Amino acid sequence: MENTNIDQSRRRFLTTAATVVGGVGAVAASVPFVSNMSPSAKTKAIGAPVEVDISNLEPGGRLIEKWQGKPVWILRRTKEMLKDISSLDSVVSDPKSDESAQPEYAKNQFRALKEEFLVVIGICTHLGCSPSFVLKGEGASISVDWKGGFFCPCHGSRFDLAGRVFKGVPAPRNLVIPPYKFISPTRLLIGDDSEAV
Amino acid sequence: MSGPIKILIGLRDWVDARFPLMRIWNEHLAKYYAPKNFNFWYFFGAFALLVLGIQVITGIWLTMNYKPSAEEAFASVEYIMRDTEWGWLIRYMHSTGASAFFIVIYLHMFRALLYGSYKKPRELLWLSGMALYLLLMGEAFFGYLLPWGQMSYWGAQVIISLFGALPIIGDDLSLWIRGDFVVSDVTLNRFFSLHVIAFPLLILGLVGFHILALHEVGSNNPDGIEIKNNKDEKGVPLDGIPFHPYYTVKDLMGAAVFLIFFFAVVFFAPEMKVPGTQGLFLESANFIQANPLQTPEHIAPVWYFTPFYAILRAVPSQLGGVIAMGLAVNLFLLLPWLDRSPVRSSRYRGRNYRVALTLFVISFLSLGWLGLQVVTPLYTWLARFFSVVYFSFFLLMPFYTAYDKDKAVPDRVTD
Amino acid sequence: MKTYNSLNNIVIIFFLMFSVETFATADSKLVHMDVDLSDQQSLQRGAKIFVNYCLSCHSAKYMRYNRMGSDLSIKDQVLKENLMFGTEKVGDVMDISMREEDSINYFGVAPPDLSVIARSRGADWLYSYFLTFYKDESRPFGVNNLVYKDTAMPHVLWELQGIQRLASKENVTAVYYDPTYKDYLELLTPGKQTERQYDRTIRDLVNYLVYISEPIKLKRTKIGVWVMFYLFIFLLITYMLKKDYWKDIH
Repeated sequence: MENTNIDQSRRRFLTTAATVVGGVGAVAASVPFVSNMSPSAKTKAIGAPVEVDISNLEPGGRLIEKWQGKPVWILRRTKEMLKDISSLDSVVSDPKSDESAQPEYAKNQFRALKEEFLVVIGICTHLGCSPSFVLKGEGASISVDWKGGFFCPCHGSRFDLAGRVFKGVPAPRNLVIPPYKFISPTRLLIGDDSEAV
Repeated sequence: MSGPIKILIGLRDWVDARFPLMRIWNEHLAKYYAPKNFNFWYFFGAFALLVLGIQVITGIWLTMNYKPSAEEAFASVEYIMRDTEWGWLIRYMHSTGASAFFIVIYLHMFRALLYGSYKKPRELLWLSGMALYLLLMGEAFFGYLLPWGQMSYWGAQVIISLFGALPIIGDDLSLWIRGDFVVSDVTLNRFFSLHVIAFPLLILGLVGFHILALHEVGSNNPDGIEIKNNKDEKGVPLDGIPFHPYYTVKDLMGAAVFLIFFFAVVFFAPEMKVPGTQGLFLESANFIQANPLQTPEHIAPVWYFTPFYAILRAVPSQLGGVIAMGLAVNLFLLLPWLDRSPVRSSRYRGRNYRVALTLFVISFLSLGWLGLQVVTPLYTWLARFFSVVYFSFFLLMPFYTAYDKDKAVPDRVTD
Repeated sequence: MKTYNSLNNIVIIFFLMFSVETFATADSKLVHMDVDLSDQQSLQRGAKIFVNYCLSCHSAKYMRYNRMGSDLSIKDQVLKENLMFGTEKVGDVMDISMREEDSINYFGVAPPDLSVIARSRGADWLYSYFLTFYKDESRPFGVNNLVYKDTAMPHVLWELQGIQRLASKENVTAVYYDPTYKDYLELLTPGKQTERQYDRTIRDLVNYLVYISEPIKLKRTKIGVWVMFYLFIFLLITYMLKKDYWKDIH
C-alpha cells in the first residue's frame, strides 16, 4: 500500500481544494439558517410605524404606546417640568446627549422635536427593565430633591424628564429616542421620520 | 511545523489524555478496515447518515417557527414558507429529506438482500437496522400530520383506524393513540412531541448502536466473504483498507452526487409532481387545511407506505388486511433465520435465490405503484398476485435457499 | 356505543378509500394553461383583477401586500392607491372584513382562502373553472360550472365574459368536461371583453394565483441553478481527490 510513486503535492493540493470549496459551501449553507432567525416579514409588519393621537394628552400626563413590541412613552411636559430639566444639567452624566442614541433632531437639551413632547423608548439602557414614572413630590424615597423623572426598579437607575441618566447609577446612557414625526399637531408617527408626504 | 498546527496537536493530545479521542478515531475511521471491494450499493449507509443530519438540522429550525395546534399549524407552515427568511428552503429540505430518507433506506436494505448482509454474524446489525426502519416509519407518520393539511389529517385518521381493527383492544387502542374521539388538536400536539423529541432520540441512539454493531463484526462486501479470515502478520485484513481516508473521500464524492439529486428536487421539483399523481413528496390536497368534516377526493398514503397499503387493500377482510400489512413490514426481521443458504452474496448463490429476489423487487415496486392508484378490479387482482409473490419470498425462503445450487465462493475478494 | 362509532368510522373510511377515489379520474379533462411567472406585467394585471373581483369575498391571508409589491416591482405608493383599500398597512396580509358567518349565510359556504388555492387545485383547474360558467336558473346565483358542478360561487366575471349557456346538456354530462368546451357552451349575451380579451384576463388571474400560492417560486429555480453549479464543482474536486487516493489501492 505504501506507494512511493504518489505525487504528494498533487494530493495535498486536492485535499486543500476540497476543504476550501467544501468550507465555502458549508458557510453558504449556514446563511439560510442564520438569517432564518432574524425578524420575519410578520414581525417587521407588526413593528411598522405606529400612529398616535395625542389630542387628549393633558399637560404633565403620559401615554404609553407599543412600537416594535417596546414601550414608547409620550410625555407632555409643563413649563415647570422644562425648567426643572434645565436645572439638572450638572447632575446628569450626559447632559448634551453626546454618548446617547437619538435622532439628530432630538439631540438637544430637551431631547425632543418639540420641547413640549418627550417621545422616548421606556427601556432602561442598563439591562432592559422598564423604569417607572415618578412625579415630583412622589419621589422622596428616591432622593430628597427629586424633581420628577423615571426610576428603574431593577437596579435603581434614575433618569430626568428628558430621559437623561443621572450620575452615579448603573445605566450608562440616556434613554433612547425613537425616530418619530408629527403628521399633524395632534398626531404622532412613531418609527418613521422620513420626509416623504 | 507551523505554530497553529502545533497548538492544535497540543490540544488534541490534551483531550486525548482525558478522553479516548484517538482510540475512537482509530477504531472507527483510521484503523477500521473495510473491504476494498465496496461498490455502488455501499454508499447508502453514509447517505442515510447525511439525510439524518439534514433532517435533524432543518427540523430544529422548523420547530422554531412551527405551532403545534390545530388552530395555527397550517398557517404556521405557510408563515415559514413566506414570512421567515429562507424558511421555504428549510421546509423543502425537510419534506424532500423525508422521502429521500426512505429512498436511501430502501436501497440500503436492498443491498443487504443482495449480498446477504443480514446473515451470521450480522443478525443484530440487521435487527437494529430493521428497528431503525420501523422507527423511521413512525417518525414519518407523526411528521406527516404536522402540516395539518387534508392529507395529513385523513392519512392519520386512516392509519390510526387500522389499530382499531385489532380485536378486543382495537377501539380503546386507537382512542388512546388519538387522545380524542377523532384526530384533533390533542393528537397533533402529542404527534409533535413524538416527532421532535421521542423518536429522534430513539433513532439517534439506535444509529449509534447500529454503527457500533457494524464496526464490531466488520462490514460485509459484494462477495460476501469474511475479510477477517485473511490477515497479514500485523493482524490487518489483506482485503481491507482503512476507512479513512479511502472511504471518507469516496463517501464525500458520493455525498456530492447525492446532494445534486437532493437539491435538484428541493429547488426544481419540491412537490415531485409525477404525472398521474397529486405530488409524491408534497400532495396537492395537503395545501387545504385539515377539515374533519370532509374527506378529500383522492386519498392515498405517501409513496413510501404504498407497497404495504396495496397489501392492506388486497386482502378482502379488514382484520386480515391489517395483519397482512403488519406481517409484510415485519417479516424482514426474520430474514437471518429464514435464509438457509451457507452463501451470503447473490453473486455466488444459485438460481433460486436470484429469481426469488428479482420477483420480490418487482412485486415490491408494483405494489408501491398499485398503492398509488385508484382501485379497479384488475388492480385489486394484481395487488393480490404481487402480495402472494411478496409473502412467498419470505415464507418459502427456508425451502428454496436450502435446495439452491450455490456456486463456489472465492477465498479473497474479487476485483 | 363506542364500538358502533369506531366501526362506523372504519366503514366510512374504507368506503372512501375504495370508492370516492373514482371521482378523481375526471381531472384529466381540464384545459391546459401554460403558467408564466416571468411575465411581470401579466402578474400585475392579475393582481388588479384579483383585488377588484376576488378580494371582497375571498381572503389571501398568508400573502402580504408589500411582499407582492417587492416581487412584482410595485411601489408602496402605487400599492396603497391602486391595490389596497381602507386603512391597511403595506405590511398587512390580504385579509377581508367579511365575517365567516355572513358569507355562509350568503353563499351557503365560506369562500375559501385563496393563498394556496393554486397548489391544491392546480392552474389548469382554475383556468378551466373560470372559462366554464354557464347559465343555470336552478342554481341560487343562476349559474353553474362545468369543472366544479354546482359551485356555490356566482360568476363574478360575467360582465367581462358575458353569459354562456349549455348548447346540449346531454353531451356535457356524458363527457363531464371536454377540452373543446365551446361545442357545449355558447355565448348567450356578450360581455365587455371579447373572447380573446377574456382569455387573457383569466390567464393573468391564474398566473397571479399561482404566484401567490408560492411567492418564492419566482426566485427558487434561479437560486437552484447556482446551487447546482456549486455542487458540480464540488463533485469534480471530490472525484479527483477520490481518484488520487484510490491510486494506492488499485
